[in-house]
Amino acid sequence: MNGAQDLGGMMGFGPVRPEPDEPVFHGEWEKRALAITLASAALGEWNLDMARHARETLPPPEYLTSSYYEIWTKALARMLAERGMVTPEEVAAGRALMPPVPTRRPRADADTVARGLAKGTPYDRPAEAPALFSVGDRVRAKLINPRGHTRLPRYIRGRTGIVVAVHGVFAFPDTNAHGLGEQPHWCYGVRFTGRDVWGPDAEPGLEIMVDCWEPYLERAA
Amino acid sequence: MLLEKGYVDPAALDLIVETYETKIGPRNGARVVARAWTDPAFKARLLADGTKAVAEFGFGGRQGEHLQVVENTHDLHNLVVCTLCSCYPWSVLGLPPVWYKSAPYRAKAVMDPRGVLGDFGVFLPPSTRIRVWDSTAELRYLVLPMRPEGTEGWSEERLADCVTRDAMIGTGLARRPGDAA
Repeated sequence: MNGAQDLGGMMGFGPVRPEPDEPVFHGEWEKRALAITLASAALGEWNLDMARHARETLPPPEYLTSSYYEIWTKALARMLAERGMVTPEEVAAGRALMPPVPTRRPRADADTVARGLAKGTPYDRPAEAPALFSVGDRVRAKLINPRGHTRLPRYIRGRTGIVVAVHGVFAFPDTNAHGLGEQPHWCYGVRFTGRDVWGPDAEPGLEIMVDCWEPYLERAA
Repeated sequence: MLLEKGYVDPAALDLIVETYETKIGPRNGARVVARAWTDPAFKARLLADGTKAVAEFGFGGRQGEHLQVVENTHDLHNLVVCTLCSCYPWSVLGLPPVWYKSAPYRAKAVMDPRGVLGDFGVFLPPSTRIRVWDSTAELRYLVLPMRPEGTEGWSEERLADCVTRDAMIGTGLARRPGDAA
């Protein structure tokens, strides 16, 4: 969706402001926000693409004025509410009013979480069809505006680039975010020139590499 | 409330925080870079398959499942961003800094990377091309910065001290001998 998360090429935010000697967490609540987000995900009620979609469906003014952990926490509250796990009434009351609902996976203990962090969650899948494109092919990012989740950023839609890598087959976010299954597709590294993306005023020599699933691309002449 | 309702285990929460506060951070990536600077065979393995090569250090797991390492040279400087969210190679850099997740960086990196570098006080010669990696899928990118001059014969340990987090994102360069730490 064309939400506030899709920021590439926007102007007016001012300079990037790195924080000298930035701590890993700014206060206890950030620790808690990270930990409950990861531990809740371990319950198996949503996947990473659903979590990303919950974050990007925050209204743009709210997204752009929230810190990143605020975005995570607001999205978590929404996903918990959608599943009846923690109701908005409970959030308002600040305490549990309903018994917990069953979840797909049981509560993760520290050992399970440690194993999960160490193992990760690979998203590559076996190929079931040959790749449509090869390294060197000219491709165009489709001019599309999906209403749901997508990982095709707006700034390359309709632009032409060159396939520089065939990464393999990966779970497809556009379906996976909506409970329609992983429907894995080939994923490619595509190189765009600054000029092709931003026009004649682009920084000379700029190249932008974007990873694109096959359904995002069409062959270009 | 998640604790009260029994959805999450307090010990699991503590473990997550402890992992990213004390165990997994940019020191991981710095060790990898220092090895690549001193061991050409390792560097070749690292550029061929980042995930497998960093596993030699025991690094891997969450947000490092599919790692690709990209090399800076005099002619080409790499910069990593995630314009759509905050994708970042946790296994080798830990959690991303606030600026990496912020709108100014995500908006500007793909259009005006030299401007971004300027915000970090980094100025590259006009002859150096810039290649920006937008982490839109499940691959995570780590920049292999150029080894600073004047570090010939240094140990891996000492070299690793030159490798800043920003150098591995591409918003910085490795520290030269004599630069302030």
